[in-house]
Amino acid sequence: MAAQAHAHAREHGGRGRIGMACMILTESALFSVFVAAYVFYIGKSLVGPYPRDVLGLPVWATVALLSSSISVTLAVRALRRDARSAFVLWWGITIALGAFFLVATAVEWRALIYAHDLTIWTNLFGTTFYTLVGFHAGHVTIGLLLLGLVLVFALTGRVRAAHAERVEVLSWYWHFVDVVWVVVFTVVYVVGR
Amino acid sequence: MGALHGWVTTVDHKRLGVMYILAGLLFFVIAGLEATAMRIQLAVPNNDVLSPQVFNRLFTMHGTTMVFLVGMPIIIGMANYLIPLMIGARDLAFPRLNAFGFWMFFFGALLLYFSVLGGDGLYGAGSMPDVGWFAYAPLTGRAFSRGNSTDYWIVGLLVGGVGSLTTAANLITTIFTMRCPGMTLGRMPLFVWLLLVVFFQMLLALPPLSAAQIMLLFDRFLGAHFFNTQGGGDAVLWQHFFWIFGHPEVYILILPGFACASEIIPVFSRKPIFGYAVMVAATIAIGFISLGVWAHHMFTVGMSTGANAFFVFSTMLIAVPTGIKIFNWLGTMWGGRIRFATPMLFCIGFLFQFLCAGLTGVMLAAAPFDWQLSDSYFVVAHFHFVLIGGLLFTIFAAIYYWFPKVTGRMLSERVGRWHFWLFAFGFNLTFLPQHVAGVLGMPRRIYTYDADRGLELWNALSTAGVPFQIAGVLLLVLNMAWALRNGAPAGDDPWDAWTLEWATTSPPPAYNFETIPTVRSRRPLWDLKHPDDPDWKHE
Repeated sequence: MAAQAHAHAREHGGRGRIGMACMILTESALFSVFVAAYVFYIGKSLVGPYPRDVLGLPVWATVALLSSSISVTLAVRALRRDARSAFVLWWGITIALGAFFLVATAVEWRALIYAHDLTIWTNLFGTTFYTLVGFHAGHVTIGLLLLGLVLVFALTGRVRAAHAERVEVLSWYWHFVDVVWVVVFTVVYVVGR
Repeated sequence: MGALHGWVTTVDHKRLGVMYILAGLLFFVIAGLEATAMRIQLAVPNNDVLSPQVFNRLFTMHGTTMVFLVGMPIIIGMANYLIPLMIGARDLAFPRLNAFGFWMFFFGALLLYFSVLGGDGLYGAGSMPDVGWFAYAPLTGRAFSRGNSTDYWIVGLLVGGVGSLTTAANLITTIFTMRCPGMTLGRMPLFVWLLLVVFFQMLLALPPLSAAQIMLLFDRFLGAHFFNTQGGGDAVLWQHFFWIFGHPEVYILILPGFACASEIIPVFSRKPIFGYAVMVAATIAIGFISLGVWAHHMFTVGMSTGANAFFVFSTMLIAVPTGIKIFNWLGTMWGGRIRFATPMLFCIGFLFQFLCAGLTGVMLAAAPFDWQLSDSYFVVAHFHFVLIGGLLFTIFAAIYYWFPKVTGRMLSERVGRWHFWLFAFGFNLTFLPQHVAGVLGMPRRIYTYDADRGLELWNALSTAGVPFQIAGVLLLVLNMAWALRNGAPAGDDPWDAWTLEWATTSPPPAYNFETIPTVRSRRPLWDLKHPDDPDWKHE
């Protein structure tokens, strides 16, 4: 009986983890190419505006996104001990932090487009900046949709401790989006400026 | 109608596997007809069967189709069908995701071919993409590629790529989490091991193509400058991104050929595979090295001497693990009681032809040699020896070997032998002379050539090989159609083989195994048939 349970666990547990690990691996390869293109074209724009003229450090957005990795971890831990209201609280905070990040990006882009006249066709900086940062923001958006779906399930009482592993697998994706931001931040706002 | 509904909505790995393979064979016929049209055009000098424009479209679609719509789906289909059976599982880890992967591939393929109707968009009648299968910038820019044919190429492959990625992740997860009791990694059939490496290569190598294609879409639709040289972009960057995908892709295609050979050669030599562990190690080595050889496709664009030297070295290095494998197969055959059944014939043909492909590969890996012969028919001959002489021959071997398992019927051995000899003769007649044409200076992708350049004989021979290949493939199709109704019943294990797929009935039931098997060695069926002398005592 114990052996059977063990075999069952081996068969069905861990599937989500390995599947998500594969997805993170392949997404890393995807982002590597966008980052490589960005690095390759640093300083090669034929006309302005240039990064040092128009880019400010997105400090608060970065703090918000990195903090959301902590809150999502706390949420998963809460769910494991079946503390459902704590889970909803931390999960909601994660969504709020992610949403703040997206809004900050939108404000930054609005200023770049309207105040500095930088669009995707202006120069190579615009081309690579909007593509790389936009792809990351797209991943944040997808993450927020998935987090929101779980929040709806949680508020209707459908998320229990039994689902902790699935929720944890989703949190891996969120951590990945965070790590990508660390790379994007370094390349775009530190090295590239 | 009910049957059709069953196939369309299925999530069964065996049905999806068969659907992948049938779709692959369908596109194989289409790509073969495209190649036939090109060979007719090139049969004699100054021929005008095809216009230059149509010729460009045909070689673009032939290459794209063979790589993405024939090679990939047949490989993924075989993996889909066989891996759960070989590791003693009842399905993949994510069966619905598996169906999703198939339909993404299939609709991606339809999108690519929809360009026949919609390619020119508002500019006129339909057309197919004409930018070559590697679609070099800046030819693919808005200025040089009007209409939407290039967009169909981009979007079709992007959609299909998502299917390949999900299926690769799905099969990796299956291999890691669903093996039956006792099926340790070290006891997995080599087929599973080699495909595992292939799936990791897919996860790492397909995204660069997708990313580059997304950049190209941004260039074409949003006015971005990634590959737009007038906006400061770099056309060579596309080449780097494409071949970072493109060269691992070659190994994604050929390693499954090795995988089939590694299952079939031992069974028909009546010996266990020689050097199992070395084979696995060599495959993993190929997996890693193949990620660092891409720019040997780019020796003629003018890279630095240091870069050239690096890619010469890494490319020649990959010949070492590949050579090891050839010796493994020869070592397996050495002293064996070889049965020359059709699957084995195709494997032996593969050994000779792949050796030839490998030797021309090492020649082309030397940058100075490549400067002379890059983009010539020598290169065309080289990669057709890899992909037809190597991959397609092992796919044919696999069809003869596993068809009895899939359908419960044997293919005719007599027709199979005719298929082998006609196809092997036709293939060599078509592609051996192309080496000579290339050395004489015939560039690839030209729609015609002048008389008195010394190219007539080699092109005439090349075209003369085509009917033999068509006859061979036709015999295969007839053989399969005939065998479905009239083939001799196969039984569970017609070849007296050793891996788990032969432990269940032919065709296997939906649930694969009534009870999940337990294995104790690399050859579980040998153990079952020879309880007096089981393998696990010696491993």
